[in-house]
Amino acid sequence: MKRSIPLAIVMVGGILFIIQYFIPHQHSQTLFDYYTEWAPIVGAFALVLGVGSLSRLHSHKIKRKAKNWQYSYAVLIPLFAVPFFALLMPESLGGGLMESMGGTRTTQGVFDFAYLNVQIPIQSTMFSLLAFYIASAAFRAFRAKSALATVLLLAAIIVMLGQVPIGELIGKWFPKIGLWILRYPNLGAKRAIGLGVGFGILATQLKIIFGVERNWLGGAGE
Amino acid sequence: MLRKVPAMLLALLLATGLAWAQAEDPPPAEPAETGETAETAEEAVLMEEGVEAEIISESDASIINATIGDGMIAPGGIVVSDWPNDAGDALLVTFEPGSETGNENHTGYAVYRRTQGEEELTLVGTMEIDDGTEFIDGYDPDYIVESGVQYEYQVAAVYLSGAEIASDPIAAQEVAGGQIFHTGKVRVLVGCALFLGLILFYFHAAQRGIEMYLRPIAGIEAIDEAIGRATEMGKPILYVPGLSTISDVATIASLTILGRVAKKVAEYGTPLLVPNRDPIVYTIAEETVKQAYMEAGRPDAFDKDSVFFLTQSQFAFVAGVNGIMMREKPATNFYLGMFWAESLILAETGSLSGAIQIAGTDAVTQLPFFITTCDYTLIGEELYAASAYLGREPKQLGSIKGQDACKGIIMAVITLGILLSLTDIIAGTDTLGWLRNLIAMPIVD
Repeated sequence: MKRSIPLAIVMVGGILFIIQYFIPHQHSQTLFDYYTEWAPIVGAFALVLGVGSLSRLHSHKIKRKAKNWQYSYAVLIPLFAVPFFALLMPESLGGGLMESMGGTRTTQGVFDFAYLNVQIPIQSTMFSLLAFYIASAAFRAFRAKSALATVLLLAAIIVMLGQVPIGELIGKWFPKIGLWILRYPNLGAKRAIGLGVGFGILATQLKIIFGVERNWLGGAGE
Repeated sequence: MLRKVPAMLLALLLATGLAWAQAEDPPPAEPAETGETAETAEEAVLMEEGVEAEIISESDASIINATIGDGMIAPGGIVVSDWPNDAGDALLVTFEPGSETGNENHTGYAVYRRTQGEEELTLVGTMEIDDGTEFIDGYDPDYIVESGVQYEYQVAAVYLSGAEIASDPIAAQEVAGGQIFHTGKVRVLVGCALFLGLILFYFHAAQRGIEMYLRPIAGIEAIDEAIGRATEMGKPILYVPGLSTISDVATIASLTILGRVAKKVAEYGTPLLVPNRDPIVYTIAEETVKQAYMEAGRPDAFDKDSVFFLTQSQFAFVAGVNGIMMREKPATNFYLGMFWAESLILAETGSLSGAIQIAGTDAVTQLPFFITTCDYTLIGEELYAASAYLGREPKQLGSIKGQDACKGIIMAVITLGILLSLTDIIAGTDTLGWLRNLIAMPIVD
């Protein structure tokens, strides 16, 4: 039962939504909308499990006095403090833009302050690291170790110079060749990968619908 | 002469006053052919030109139901038909142009609608003159078309001055209705049937015991080696099942591979770390790993803290995983699933930590980053095939052969298209154009 009911739901649902794709009628669309409205509700409940997992992991670390266990407090305290204060003092959450930013609010909530001054700068910092990592990865990728790597290096130089004004100054053909590389060999390869991915997705979906692939059932799969 | 000046001035004043009085309160115009009277100066002017006019609504620019001179003609021949292949929420309104060709003052059209039996017409859409003479009603969410409701339409030609010359309202010849089958998706249906047929054929062939050859994929063959390396070094294995949700097929494929990896890990007794970004993916990943340990006959070795939820924030997740890499120094990193901008940050940090790295994604834009920084990369479809490669179950292998057969058909069609195009270019003919067009046709109309 633990296995056959989810399999039956997936099979019936899967076949139903394959058929639904070909039926534009209003009833068919309503069924689809109904389903898509359901999915986020299930997701919201699963978030509780996620928070439970995070709390358990860090409380175990603190209990065991594992390496760097002190940092676990930095996770647990905000994790519970934010919803706690949100329930007790909803106004502390703030909301809306400040006057200085074109909004109407005159006071800034605690969480607004933390979001704007802590979370956003940290996220931006993480994202900005990407620029340095790209430079480092490009250095490794474009080393002319073999004939193919040399072709890659040349193609990269042409495409990069074709994208910037200095490339046109060096030679008017730079942007044209760069664009040709992007439009034809590059796009052809991307489409070939896309085609394979499409078939792979279709095959995986069929395997799930027909019960060949059952790992998604987790413990009930076997 | 001088004595006549005051009289002339008086006459001029009287004429001006008379004109002003006429402007304030225009006298009734001469009855038109229908016997109606003009109600505004504009209408009177139009009527002087010998046209029929009637005010049908109040607006800045009066809507005049008439055929006007000087190339100003109300649109006619309105035909309303049901828009095909929809849920019954759109109607196609076609009409004949509302002015003589080349009338520079004619700027566009306004389409009005009312439910049959109602008095007031509502403006449901405007069109530029270059938009043609077809209007799809129902696309604007503010003016939805209801299935089965009888509407009446009126189309007005809009002129530069703001005047609108409208047709008579006509009852729509058809009402909106939903269709049972989308005729534009016939080719998709045929393609799906062909694909399904091939997959099922190879499923059965595999079940009958027919030997199937699969080309070796280095990334998949290296999985065992990578697990063995971690075991020898006594260090953990890090497995990131992507950052997407469970609705992404790449995530499902990744969880399938996780099951195989976890089974091996359980057999070898190697520590496993599976950080998750999505709570639903986390619950399934935990169940998958637990099941793998049970299958390996070591349910007691399963550590509940090995599979955990980190955060839903993309870069906070990356920061968390990078921290794990630098602190725990895993010997092997798996990045299998869907990744976005974080792919390079993860893989580069893993590379710096000295781990052997195996990545796999169907995100074409992230593949170059993984190829550059990881030891092995599963490109696109290889991610989906990995589970079958690792499991070697007949049905799973059959599905891969089915995919290959479909790709073979697509390759044959593309080659045929290229040959036909080349033949026509060289010969300067279009003899096989119909076949080329058939191949090049869009999949969904």
